[in-house]
Amino acid sequence: MDGKKIMAKAYLWLLLVVLYAPIAFIVVFSFTEAKSLGNWTGFSTQLYKNLFTGSMQNSSGLLAAVNNTLIIALVASIFATVLGTIAAIGIFHLRGRKKQTMTFLNNIPMINPDIITGVSLFLLFVFLGISQGYVTVILAHITFCTPYVVLNVMPKLRQLNPNIYEAALDLGATPAQALRKVLVPALRPGMISGFILSFTMSLDDFAVTFFTRGTIGLDTLSTYIYADARKGGLTPELKPLMSIIFLVILVVLLVINVRQSKTSDNQR
Amino acid sequence: MAADKDIIIRLEHISKSFGDKKVLDDISLYVKRGEFITFLGPSGCGKTTTLRLIAGFGKPDSGTIIMDGKEISEVPPYQRNLNTVFQRYALFPHLDVYDNVAFGLKLKKVPEDQIEKRVKKVLKLVSMSDYEDRDVESLSGGQQQRVAIARALINQPKILLLDEPLAALDLKMRKDMQIELKEMHKKLGITFIYVTHDQEEALTLSDTIVVMNEGKIQQIGTPTDIYNEPVNCFVADFIGESNILKGRMLHDYRVAFIKHEFDCVDAGFGEDVKVDVVVRPEDIYFTTDPAKCQFKAKVNSCIFKGVHYEMWVDTDTGYELMIQDYDPYPVGSEVMLYIDPDDIQVMKKEREANTYKAKVKGEGKVEFLDTEFACDTTGFSEGEEAVATIRFEQVELLDYEKEADLTGNVVFILYMGNHYHLTIKTECGENIWVDTNDIWDKGDFVGIKIAPQSIELSKPVKANE
Amino acid sequence: MNKRSSWALPYFIFLVLFVVLPLLLIVMYALQDGSGRFTLDNVAKFFTDKDSLSTFALSIEVAIENTLLCILIGYPAAFILADNKLNRSAVTVVLFILPMWINALMRTLATAELFNMAGIPLGKGTLLFGMCYDYLPFMIYPIYNQLKKMDKSFAEAAQDLGATPRQVFRKVTLPLSMPGVWSGVMMVFMPTVSTFAISEFLTNNKIKLFGTIIQENINNSMWNYGAALSLIMLIIIGLTTALQGGEQTEEVSGGLI
Repeated sequence: MDGKKIMAKAYLWLLLVVLYAPIAFIVVFSFTEAKSLGNWTGFSTQLYKNLFTGSMQNSSGLLAAVNNTLIIALVASIFATVLGTIAAIGIFHLRGRKKQTMTFLNNIPMINPDIITGVSLFLLFVFLGISQGYVTVILAHITFCTPYVVLNVMPKLRQLNPNIYEAALDLGATPAQALRKVLVPALRPGMISGFILSFTMSLDDFAVTFFTRGTIGLDTLSTYIYADARKGGLTPELKPLMSIIFLVILVVLLVINVRQSKTSDNQR
Repeated sequence: MAADKDIIIRLEHISKSFGDKKVLDDISLYVKRGEFITFLGPSGCGKTTTLRLIAGFGKPDSGTIIMDGKEISEVPPYQRNLNTVFQRYALFPHLDVYDNVAFGLKLKKVPEDQIEKRVKKVLKLVSMSDYEDRDVESLSGGQQQRVAIARALINQPKILLLDEPLAALDLKMRKDMQIELKEMHKKLGITFIYVTHDQEEALTLSDTIVVMNEGKIQQIGTPTDIYNEPVNCFVADFIGESNILKGRMLHDYRVAFIKHEFDCVDAGFGEDVKVDVVVRPEDIYFTTDPAKCQFKAKVNSCIFKGVHYEMWVDTDTGYELMIQDYDPYPVGSEVMLYIDPDDIQVMKKEREANTYKAKVKGEGKVEFLDTEFACDTTGFSEGEEAVATIRFEQVELLDYEKEADLTGNVVFILYMGNHYHLTIKTECGENIWVDTNDIWDKGDFVGIKIAPQSIELSKPVKANE
Repeated sequence: MNKRSSWALPYFIFLVLFVVLPLLLIVMYALQDGSGRFTLDNVAKFFTDKDSLSTFALSIEVAIENTLLCILIGYPAAFILADNKLNRSAVTVVLFILPMWINALMRTLATAELFNMAGIPLGKGTLLFGMCYDYLPFMIYPIYNQLKKMDKSFAEAAQDLGATPRQVFRKVTLPLSMPGVWSGVMMVFMPTVSTFAISEFLTNNKIKLFGTIIQENINNSMWNYGAALSLIMLIIIGLTTALQGGEQTEEVSGGLI
């Protein structure tokens, strides 16, 4: 049994080494000033300083891209969460063919590869004559984020006592008040996880943004990296940026998951 | 009939269907101001739907709901002056006890100091005074129940609706809460409308009971009325234990059943009319005096039930009866029994046989229950309307589909002393009643076969004949 | 109660506008020429153009190979992670999920650079490796979830009936884990076919995949042909979803947090 365990562990660690080699690579080389990835010109934290003070050669480009990425992700996630929560409540109370249709439609953005979502929305904006830029990108992000919110709120709806909405009405609340004061608070955990998932999907997106950003020079982090790599050079400050993002995500995921396993331990 | 000013709720000809299932079928009743009225029946009988319509959750398909003389069918639930205690409490998980209870008052923008006073008062009423800051999910079922009641009562509704509020509690807790609810009702003086499937609970709590089954009202009356004088087999069987037997009303005050004749206190049924008879197990008495003995029997089983002994006896005429007595009688012993005239309840038979509107499909063929049957159609022409009558004992039941004419499911089983009287819902939705000695279970799938000679065709009676 | 179902209406309108309509537009553009006239030329072009066909075939081939590779490498990993005896660490699981959250482009660039440094020429081999590296977590996670959720009593019942551990795996665990494998396949296969940036980086633009030619056409304003190619992809998506029943998406995404 022990031999098995050792082999298993070895396998996992081998995989992890391979998985993290490129990431480690980035982190290590973030501590040198060389422009191209792979060049080591001596240990230095200059790039980190550049990042925080905004003094780099292409400073406006990278920082603007980061800015855009965050704003788009935030706005799209907020809209997606609101739209998705109300939609989830509605779908939850549908039956039969209407429910099947809504569920099917909701699944489409999740099943479609992002290039299809991107191309289709591109054609939509062209067809409707909407000039592409911030608004179109945010609309596009809302489109592929909302289904994930619906997916996260639905299980919470199922867990809820089916009568609490009616109890609120019975005690004198109008439907709007019942939604605000009772349903939303009860659904909050699902809404939060849906929001986080939306935010992440939006941050990470490349293809959809690529097709819906138009020609005004709007960049998110992903499109910036793409353009950068195609030009041949790589903005060196990307290395510390990526390293920091990696660290933040690592910490956040660790905290969430360790907390989750702790609560399920307590429940046992 | 109560005076109009004494009536707080009136339901007139309420019907409601969900999809193609008719859940309420022409329900009419009234609720007196300040009374404790219970809707009682098995699950699916429509009692909860009725309560919800009164509360404002859903609109009736037809009929009107009148509260205090005003029609409220179009009034949304948040504008009706009544409050509901839900079956699983429906306490708001994100608010503590205080905020849950204060919810309705906060909506009405009652000033904070008044809210505090009233919350404390109502929590005292339900014995939950020190629980204001508690998280509702940390409370036990019984405690959640009280908070739910407090949350409803604090709004001073004219009517309190309770939807099987004690169903999720264990037996002891339930009995304690029943007493508390009764006292609360007396103290507050408001109308309580209660829904339950537990007949003991209904008998304990109510001033009036409405017994429902399959969307129809079976009987309305006080607990003693319903218990002592059930009007049909369903009520007799649903409430308490009963011996339900086929009988014949010989003439006023004299009825025959279990092949013996008895004096009774019922009249007006006519002469030599088939009836159903109910005798409660506690109303059959043992005697050692041959002069008092009305019939003899042999004891089959004797089980100690705590308060009394429950015994099954075989009468000298081949019927099985249940008897409850404080004294046990040994199994196998011959005993002498009698029943007081007061304790015999005679009920009109709901039906004497299965009757259906039928259509003659051709020579020797007739259609009813969406199925074609072979039978004697002399005297009828093709396409003619007729009435098909089949006696209960002539319907054959099979547990397979192959040779059956049609299929169905057993929905109700009534033991009638020497046979079972089954209600079977056929695949076409209509019921058929069968007398059989075989033992079936509720919900069993059955095949139904009716032999041609068992079908009696007669001409339909015209309305103005 | 009925009224609350109408809350789905705003989202319904949104979906029609931003999901259904765009997809219909793909069909529309695919079946039109530049001046808006109905034509099957663009679709036909795909079937007759050698380049398009070979790229398509290559993409499918790469996707299948990638998926198989991910299953081969990922299933054992998922199995080990889900097995209480072999792994008790929640942290290890997190470490496998983490790469999914790092920007895919950046990871790919780093991978390409590592190849460069190691002197490995960029080509199909690196493409496959890079793809597998990118998509592996997406295969591991659903399988892990499915295995973790599995009722232990199935395996116990099998053992009780006389099955050896190997047999338990083959006859009980493996079949019951298939929904998770399917989820993984769904998350790997189609994205691989449709990817474009990643293949550019990993092969120094030498190998083009289907996603790339779609992108090129759209960028060069060859909308009709680009739409036609997208239509082909939609048909494949439709086929693979129909094959699988489409029920799995909830498992995959709902469990990511």
